[in-house]
Amino acid sequence: MILTKEQEAILNGQQGETMAKVMKTLVMYGDAFEAEKLVPITSKYNHLVTSFGLKVMSPVYDLMQQLLEAGVASGQKFSVDPRPVDKNVPANFLQRFVFNNFMYTKQDFYEEQLKKLGLMNDQAFTCTCYMDQVGNKPQKGEYLSWAESSAVVYANSVLGARCNRNSGIIDIMGSIVGYVPYFGLLTDEGRKATWIVKVETTKKPEAQLLGSAIGMKVMEDVPYVVGLDKWIGTELNDSACSYLKDFGAATASNGAVGLYHIANLTPEAVEQGESIIAEGAKVYVIDDAELERVQNEYPVMWKNPDAQPKLCFVGCPHLSLEQLKDWTVKLEESLKANGVSKVTIPTVFTAAPKVLEAFNATEYAERLKATGVITSYICPLMYMNNPLCKGMPVITSSNKLRTYTTARYYTDGELLAMITKGGK
Amino acid sequence: MKQFQGRVVTPGTVTAEAVVSTEGFNTLASFQMALQFGDKEVKCGDQNNKDLHGKPMIGKALCLPQTIGSTTGGLVLYCACAMEKNPACMLFANHIDSLAAAGAILADVWVDGVSMPVVDSLGDEFLAYVKDGMKITVGENGLVTVED
Repeated sequence: MILTKEQEAILNGQQGETMAKVMKTLVMYGDAFEAEKLVPITSKYNHLVTSFGLKVMSPVYDLMQQLLEAGVASGQKFSVDPRPVDKNVPANFLQRFVFNNFMYTKQDFYEEQLKKLGLMNDQAFTCTCYMDQVGNKPQKGEYLSWAESSAVVYANSVLGARCNRNSGIIDIMGSIVGYVPYFGLLTDEGRKATWIVKVETTKKPEAQLLGSAIGMKVMEDVPYVVGLDKWIGTELNDSACSYLKDFGAATASNGAVGLYHIANLTPEAVEQGESIIAEGAKVYVIDDAELERVQNEYPVMWKNPDAQPKLCFVGCPHLSLEQLKDWTVKLEESLKANGVSKVTIPTVFTAAPKVLEAFNATEYAERLKATGVITSYICPLMYMNNPLCKGMPVITSSNKLRTYTTARYYTDGELLAMITKGGK
Repeated sequence: MKQFQGRVVTPGTVTAEAVVSTEGFNTLASFQMALQFGDKEVKCGDQNNKDLHGKPMIGKALCLPQTIGSTTGGLVLYCACAMEKNPACMLFANHIDSLAAAGAILADVWVDGVSMPVVDSLGDEFLAYVKDGMKITVGENGLVTVED
């Protein structure tokens, strides 16, 4: 890699040993991908993936402490993934004891570290930092040092920013030196599609199921999706963006997709059309049968597959304002149709603190509360990431949550029917 | 016996028993429970990985196409190394992905006294040939020897 004089000086220790190690990490990272240079980060804010003060992650906090003690702060303010615990979310005594006294004992300590390192504000905890209400929305063409797979794939695909699937810790190291290695999804070549995905379903495909199918097929390649605009339109409005948020999260967690193009919809697909497809791209056709096959192959991890669900999570990744409103209306209609006044399974909707603040200022907030649904800012994945939840029959329409926990996946429609009627 | 030439991502030599994932290895899903709750064998917790689920990973030669999933993957791998709960080496059939590369490099630069050689670009033939329990030797310069 060719470094500028300034970068070389940092690598050689002119700004101290810790900065030299940070630079060495980024140079090795770039070298692993034959990057020729480092390029300046051009986004206003960064986004970090590590938000949880898990006791077991002490090597991360030790490293952050090294950075702080060396006086090397992030050059950018940043948002960070959701907090792991919220007292409003149903949990039994034992779960609360484990959360507070065993698992997340480093939460306060780590949040203090984040503040010192450059956290945007106390409410900047969400995986959907790009929501208007949160305010970390990069511009097209900007270079980012973000982590969080669902945010990276959204920033690349929907916003047209340029970011690799950086790991936690690498994210802040980029911000500290102000540069990221130029490879992969930062380059024009790396953004070309190597798969053509033809959507040939007879109805609007479930976003999280379609994303899952594509992620598992293309792994880390870039898909160009044809036929989806028939179902979600050709305008990046709130509805399409919410759909793509959930779709992308599933491509990234069930596979390793960092960028997708949707024909006639996402910015680079609109600008470049089919010229963005690389020569020799493979083809994957998705019809109703293929989606059914994918869903049927998800393993059921409940101890008793016929158990009555005890908890339902919606909002991984965090819900948008529009989704919160949509769900409110659908819940009201379904409850009314079933002659029920409140949800029959404890249900938690998760969204960014700032999105919840905006939602709570609307008339929908009281209406949702009346259905019995609880809203929270937590990360459902972090909530379920313990053996006590392993035996708990949790349902979700999040493919990401299904992937990492024992939560069982159902489509939004199936979930709505279950929580407004009860039963399996 | 068969030998495969790969590319060194992080250096080192080691001999260990193979465990093989023929599909993408989800680092977070594989390590999260084992690291959190002190599983000494560090058994793979990824319910979607039909090859590895429930198998011990500590001290093994982890053979895989690439890693997938959450961008916490790199820091999880870094933590596994810092806690000395890591595989003996990681051997990639494909070019390494950004998350695995980050984890291996973070461990190499920031963790003292831990060596986890990582070699990539070993090719599809490597993954088709290697099976659980085979003896793997990682030599200097990315030469990987697989013995029945």
